[in-house]
Amino acid sequence: MNTLKGTVAGIALSLGLATAAQAELSGTLKIFSDMSNPAPRAVMEQMAAEFDAMHPDLAVELTVIDREAYKTQIRNFLSANPPDVANWYAANRMRPYVSAGLFEDISDLWNEPEIADALASTKGAMTLDGKQWGVPYTYYQWGVYYREDVYKELGLEEPGDWDTFKANCQKILDSGRKCFTIGTKFLWTAGGWFDYLNMRTNGYDFHMALTNGEISWTDDRVKQTFANWRELIDMGAFIDNHQSYSWQEALPFMVKGEAAAYLMGNFAVAPLREAGLGTDQLDFYQFPAINPDVELAEDAPTDTFHIPSGAQNKEAAREFLRFVVSADNQTKINSGDALGQLPVNSNSSVDDDEMLNQGFAMLSSNSPGGIAQFFDRDAPAEMASVAMEGFQEFMVFPDNLEDILNRLEKARERVY
Amino acid sequence: MAQMRLAPGNGSTPDPTSHRGPQDSWLRRNRQTLAPLLFLAPGVIFFLFYVIFPILQSFNLSFYRWDGLGEPQFIGMENYRELLDDRAFEVSLWNNLKWLLLYLLAIPAGLFIALFLNQTVTGIRLYKSLFFFPFVISQVVVGLVFSWFYDPTFGLLNQVLGWVGLGPLNVLGDPTLVTYGIIAAGLWPQTAYCMILYLTGLNAVDPEQVEAARLDGAKGAKMLWYVIIPQLRPATFVAFVVTIIGALRSFDLISIMTNGGPFGSSRVLSFYMFEKALSEYGFRMGYGAAIAVVLFLIMLCFIAYFLWSMYQDDKGGR
Repeated sequence: MNTLKGTVAGIALSLGLATAAQAELSGTLKIFSDMSNPAPRAVMEQMAAEFDAMHPDLAVELTVIDREAYKTQIRNFLSANPPDVANWYAANRMRPYVSAGLFEDISDLWNEPEIADALASTKGAMTLDGKQWGVPYTYYQWGVYYREDVYKELGLEEPGDWDTFKANCQKILDSGRKCFTIGTKFLWTAGGWFDYLNMRTNGYDFHMALTNGEISWTDDRVKQTFANWRELIDMGAFIDNHQSYSWQEALPFMVKGEAAAYLMGNFAVAPLREAGLGTDQLDFYQFPAINPDVELAEDAPTDTFHIPSGAQNKEAAREFLRFVVSADNQTKINSGDALGQLPVNSNSSVDDDEMLNQGFAMLSSNSPGGIAQFFDRDAPAEMASVAMEGFQEFMVFPDNLEDILNRLEKARERVY
Repeated sequence: MAQMRLAPGNGSTPDPTSHRGPQDSWLRRNRQTLAPLLFLAPGVIFFLFYVIFPILQSFNLSFYRWDGLGEPQFIGMENYRELLDDRAFEVSLWNNLKWLLLYLLAIPAGLFIALFLNQTVTGIRLYKSLFFFPFVISQVVVGLVFSWFYDPTFGLLNQVLGWVGLGPLNVLGDPTLVTYGIIAAGLWPQTAYCMILYLTGLNAVDPEQVEAARLDGAKGAKMLWYVIIPQLRPATFVAFVVTIIGALRSFDLISIMTNGGPFGSSRVLSFYMFEKALSEYGFRMGYGAAIAVVLFLIMLCFIAYFLWSMYQDDKGGR
């Protein structure tokens, strides 16, 4: 039976009948997914059902695991009980599994013209050691979400440079509000601020070299980034006691108008709208340039699908990845009533949403420097945890900078 | 032995047990020893597999560098050398000490509440239940309640401080206060626990002795110190044990209230071990194991003391 199938597939391939080869998919396709929140879960279930219907001989088995629990479970199941397809994150977050040989090299997929061209913008994020280890399925922009009505009331414009940014902030402070809300209890939000300040001060390449451990944390250029950050801290730009709040707990400050803006990922829009902010109250701008000599670069964390190297049905898994990134599917799963994020395929259309349109335009045409993932995905996990703790401390006690940087430098020497 | 049974009463092989006949197997003869061993076996096996073996494994693992995925790499004492130089570890160690010392406050506090509640008035059961209540609810809930209490913007603590004209205090955001804040939260249920232990202990206090002491003119503090408290010794011992264990296990409150923050100033060893070995940014199994070994050695001091003191009691009892 197997040999027969092999022959048929061989003939089909030799005749170049790609569709015939597709129809050959059989057996089961086991998918482990971390898309456990309601909207992503619906998307994942729908994709699995659709793929199942497309391939009558193939049974798709979907297991959805809680998003946080998944982060530890993946270590077990990749080696003990590997599925055929698994979710994960891009960039250095893949490193442990790539080094341990647990992810399949799928550079062959990336050589196919449909993927190579349409997904070019995220190729870098999926590449480690010159090979590609997965495909993205969604990403979202970061930037400054602000209270449009507050800006209007104070006669402020979206800032295009650092001086306007600070001048705006001063006016907001003078009106008795804080410029930015932030909740650093879980540390990563401070990582977002560092990403932007460092990419704007020293540029994308420097930022990547720093997160890759090639540059010392006590370098003067890093200190310049912190000096810029300190200007905001000394002005009192951030809400007080941010070390006690999670990012969600920091939202009410913006909703109540006590803080005028939030440097965040696009996922903050939904809760802000649900809390009652209308379209004329909420708007978005790109983080302004600080050093005019460096090109603008953005954070756009990408979520991904991978094939574990121990997968049983790699043929079907590859076909599933092709299906996930196809233009139609990308349009569908990233639409406003599904994930509400940005499609990774450049041939897809973006949902007609004020924020998504601005984000899409920003990432596709106004981010010449490059697209970073996020601090805790670009830097190795251990470095990220030590560094983000340092960022939080810096935001509360800016005077400790010297000590913090020495600590980070010590961690860098050990981690890399 | 089979031969012996085949030849019962054979004069050439004097066997003291042979007169009992052929049913007299080895099993039968040794059942006095076997029965207890058999009853102990499940406990011993589980204890070996789930306690002793993992402890040895942790000791072993602490000499390796391992991310939980690849091949472990032997690095000797390197993890311990790093610990000596690790400020986060130092902070955790000091915090553990604070926990150990301050958590003991639960014992006198529990005793006084128990003395206060040890009377017969209408509805005393209700009052006892109310005092016992914090022990019944989950530590997670206690942590949440106290987080709200300490909240810098709307928390009750700051409202009250505001009335007496004291400035707002962000207990959980201040690296010098945070550990004390969490310990205070932990004392709430722990005091209730000690109170219950003392309430049952007070039931066992001999009324005749109290009567005799009263005739001798003892009252108040003297009565408490010389007559009541000595009789509560067993309760005190148990309260001491559970409080020390509680202090060393203080993990859930920290995880809920601060997640170890701000910038790691509220971590204790158990939390730090979890962070290094098992959390999202961790997976340094060897380093985590080294922290666990240190925690184990600290616990060992107390365990040794408890065992010794129980052994002494046992000897005295006989």
